[in-house]
Amino acid sequence: MDFLQPSSWQEALDIRAERPDAVPIAGGTDVMVDINFDRRRPGALLDLGRVAELREWGTEAGVVRLGAGVPYTRIVEDLADRLPGLAMASRTVGSPQIRIRGTVGGNLGSASPAGDAHPPLLAAGAVVEVASAARGARQIPAAEFYTGVKRNALEADELIAAVLIPSAAGPQQFCKIGTRNAMVIAVSAFACALHPDRRAVGTGIGSAAPTPRRAVDAEDFLAGELEGSGLWESRGELPETLARAFGERVAAAASPIDDVRGSAAYRLHSLSVMARRAVTWAWNDLRKAA
Amino acid sequence: MSTDTGTATTTTTTTTVPPGRIGDSPLRPDGTLKVTGEFAYASDLWHDEMAWGVTLRSPHPHARIRGIDITEALTVPGVWAVLTADDVPGENAFGLEHADQPVLASEFVRYEGEPVALVAADHPETARRAAKRIRVDYEVLPAVTDARRAMDPDAPAVHRPGNLVRHLRLRRGEENPTAPVVVSLDFEVGMQDQAFLGPESGLAVPAEDGGIDLYVATQWLHVDQRQICLALGMPAEKVRLTLSGVGGAFGGREDLSVHVHACLLALRTGKPVKMSYGREESFYGHVHRHPATMTYEFGAERDGTLVYAKAYVLLDGGAYASSTNAVVGNAGTLGLGPYRFPSVAVDAYGVFTNNPPCGAMRGFGCVQAAFAHEALMDELADTVGVDRVAIRQLNGMREGDLNITGQVIDSAAPVGELLQIVADFPLPPERGEGADPRSLPGAVNNTTHGEGVVRGIGYAVTYKNVGFSEGFDDYSTARVRLEMTGGEAVATVHTAAAEVGQGLITVEQQICRTELGVERVVVHPKDTAVGSGGSTSASRQTYVTGGAVKAACEAVRAAVLERAALALARPAADLRLDGEKIVGSSGEVLTGLAEVLGDDAVEETVEYRHRPTHAIDPETGQGDAHVQFAFSAHRAVVDVDVELGLVKVVALDTAQDVGKAINPDAVVGQIQGGSAQGMGLALMEEIVVTDGHVRNPSFTDYLIPTILDMPPMRIEVLEYADPHAPYGVRGVGEPPTISSGPAVAAAVRAAVGKPLRRVPIRPEHITGT
Ligand SMILES: Cc1cc2nc3c(=O)[nH]c(=O)nc-3n(C[C@H](O)[C@H](O)[C@H](O)COP(=O)(O)OP(=O)(O)OC[C@H]3O[C@@H](n4cnc5c(N)ncnc54)[C@H](O)[C@@H]3O)c2cc1C
Repeated sequence: MDFLQPSSWQEALDIRAERPDAVPIAGGTDVMVDINFDRRRPGALLDLGRVAELREWGTEAGVVRLGAGVPYTRIVEDLADRLPGLAMASRTVGSPQIRIRGTVGGNLGSASPAGDAHPPLLAAGAVVEVASAARGARQIPAAEFYTGVKRNALEADELIAAVLIPSAAGPQQFCKIGTRNAMVIAVSAFACALHPDRRAVGTGIGSAAPTPRRAVDAEDFLAGELEGSGLWESRGELPETLARAFGERVAAAASPIDDVRGSAAYRLHSLSVMARRAVTWAWNDLRKAA
Repeated sequence: MSTDTGTATTTTTTTTVPPGRIGDSPLRPDGTLKVTGEFAYASDLWHDEMAWGVTLRSPHPHARIRGIDITEALTVPGVWAVLTADDVPGENAFGLEHADQPVLASEFVRYEGEPVALVAADHPETARRAAKRIRVDYEVLPAVTDARRAMDPDAPAVHRPGNLVRHLRLRRGEENPTAPVVVSLDFEVGMQDQAFLGPESGLAVPAEDGGIDLYVATQWLHVDQRQICLALGMPAEKVRLTLSGVGGAFGGREDLSVHVHACLLALRTGKPVKMSYGREESFYGHVHRHPATMTYEFGAERDGTLVYAKAYVLLDGGAYASSTNAVVGNAGTLGLGPYRFPSVAVDAYGVFTNNPPCGAMRGFGCVQAAFAHEALMDELADTVGVDRVAIRQLNGMREGDLNITGQVIDSAAPVGELLQIVADFPLPPERGEGADPRSLPGAVNNTTHGEGVVRGIGYAVTYKNVGFSEGFDDYSTARVRLEMTGGEAVATVHTAAAEVGQGLITVEQQICRTELGVERVVVHPKDTAVGSGGSTSASRQTYVTGGAVKAACEAVRAAVLERAALALARPAADLRLDGEKIVGSSGEVLTGLAEVLGDDAVEETVEYRHRPTHAIDPETGQGDAHVQFAFSAHRAVVDVDVELGLVKVVALDTAQDVGKAINPDAVVGQIQGGSAQGMGLALMEEIVVTDGHVRNPSFTDYLIPTILDMPPMRIEVLEYADPHAPYGVRGVGEPPTISSGPAVAAAVRAAVGKPLRRVPIRPEHITGT
């Protein structure tokens, strides 16, 4: 197995195009597990660790450009104010060791329905920037990035460059169910973001469908109800019934399976509870901020 | 002695203890190495010339092997040998109690993961690739994967003549007892795994005499040796074992794993062969805790005094016997807990199925039963309107009582006191506003800020046999040598008793220092060059091997004093060994150890046996089956998010009688670890088996508690010496694993208000989804 170590982004893209048998590796917390368990036997590893651009983040016009190789630990440390939902999710990933290595780019590369970065990216309306040597960069909205169980919209010659995530204009929340209190793969997960600037609600569901997905109907429903009742303006208390109805709509957007980690029924139930609670916390934060 | 690990303080009631001796807590030699990652485990074994062995395992829970074609595997470059059942030179059978398990499957495979063939190659990857090229022609057979179904006369037989491994029938008191209050329940316990951190590993080195030297992580070198000899068709002197670094055991290393396989490959290739399982293979490579289905009924007076108990316990033994027989023995004879019952009818069964084999695991049959009897005790308390602690105290065993096999409890049985201690511990503070999220159910997963969270408290008490029971000749051997080295007295202690992480090496040193008054004690590597040390299981090593080391030291001391008596022309009875001096009756120093020993070494080898135990009556289950009983009680406090079914154990406090704490820190360590393991079974640890297939053979999905699941513990250790045991010790390792789980389950039930008659309790059970 060849170990290819480009030191620049351009070189990385060139190698990606030349070596279709190469598997990109960032933190390696998914790739190495696959290799160790012999689920994958790539002809080469394309190590992205020396591509400096991938490990940087910056802001431009209210949008955070998060390099694909920024590890979770740095997101927790540096971005909890701008990207609270993603930071909360990052805090739940694995153990300290995994958070030091693991990256959002890797989470997107694996595109597991249980990946914790996905729900907050969906809720925030993030866009994935990918690039190839032949065609340059293109942008894919997160909601279109996940195409199937552990499949994504990357072409064979493409790499993920960055994720573009609008800085939070309002409160965000992330919740995840696991049968122990740390180091656990999500049984189900939920993220929500309030966008008071555009009077919109964002959501993301994890581990409860073949791909991470938004609960679009729940988003529209809540935004509409808030509009109709004048709550965006008044910032009055969020009616319990509304939160509950929102939760039910979130659950309705999911299509979970029974597996060894949890039953489909529990996944639906827990989603509705998490969504109700999370939106209430977010709304209360919004009221406090007002 | 009491310990609060939350604030990391330890106080002991003993007066000052000389450093390094009994009652002190000298640092373990392996401690720092393990924490810094430098400890050499069996998986680190290395030989420059070595080949690597891998195992091909059955993908089917039950199948007939029509044929095995190894030709293609043999052509893989780098492959040294490919072996099947035909290559086993001795008897193709092993087993702890019955040799019913093939070294390599020949005609049938009876569980998923059963070894079928072996490959040795110059690289593990080469060996794995070659193994994939072995063609096994299986005829898949119907599998029996439900223990109740296995009991049906028309169920397919896993073995001839049938699926029953043991039925323990126990009857005592009235035949058809009645009582004004009757409570009953069904309870189910899932399959727990030992989840030791160091997977199975060993290195077999062919020797010039045609024999073999095996370095391996195990729990009992001599019982391994016996089985390897049988399979290799070799005498014991040709099969020599040395213990390698063991990364935890908990019963999972009592049965053979790589042992015979590595030896077969080494003998065939003439090369040292290393075998080392990965995590996934490890889940197939050792036995698990028996899943249990139980039905219990208690009859009582209106005040809660127990009148009778009826219990039905069914243990799924999986495909081979392993130690199912003895586990049924424990579940039957101890399965009603430390209570007084005038009348008893227990039927405990162990059966064969095509599920993974089950055998020894910490708590051994008592763990499963304790969930049932403790849940039913709570039920009884609530039914008669008596406090849950008080009802246990009312019925709790006391010294001098007879247990349900009619055996006298002839040393301390502080059931009431242990319960009182845990009940009197201060309760953890109520959850305040703005609590640290890590202290809530779900922790940083951020599922509640207090919504839905209900607190519950639960109690449980247990007793467990220490040592091997039912007439087993349970002994340990110790060899102790005393000599002068570089002007200093050095004792060398040699036993074959396995150090598996529990701290036996330190205990052996402490005993030698105490008995011989020397500072330097060398612990000889554990091997079969000395007699059996018995099993590192059943909480027995400090008792039995400790007893052997003590006896060997006494013999050495007596021999030294004999020599001194001769030299000094005084009766040996007037002399003492103190420090490195020979001291007379009034304390006067008469001569030095150096003078008495000169260049000689004094060495003694002693076999130590605890009091004999006896088989139980086959019709009534009556008899003095056990040698010693160890008692513990737990109080658990939990916060449950009742809407999401998530649990945070807030406190898990315990009291335990250890007879005598030889090494107080090690005692506390055992109690902490055991409590965590019991809690794990109550809340998360389960090997999920569907139609004979293991669905979660990984630490991704077999969950064990983390630091955010295990609370700091308050631990009170009582030291009521057992007059029959060396130093008064009482086994420590298992009771915490037994009483912690039922206490946690009880606390969850208290919070949720549902019966919850199965463990692990899953979020689905709490939320009814
Ligand atoms: C013990 C443990 C616990 C874990 N816990 C969690 C958890 O709680 N939540 C969770 O979501 N995940 C968890 N994971 C999975 C893993 O840590 C995450 O998916 C992580 O985000 C992967 O990032 P990485 O940088 O390590 O990816 P890598 O393993 O390096 O790569 C993952 C995939 O992405 C591809 N890839 C990486 N970077 C790029 C790029 N720039 N362009 C194109 N493709 C790319 C790789 O080719 C590969 O297919 C856990 C893993 C382990 C081992």
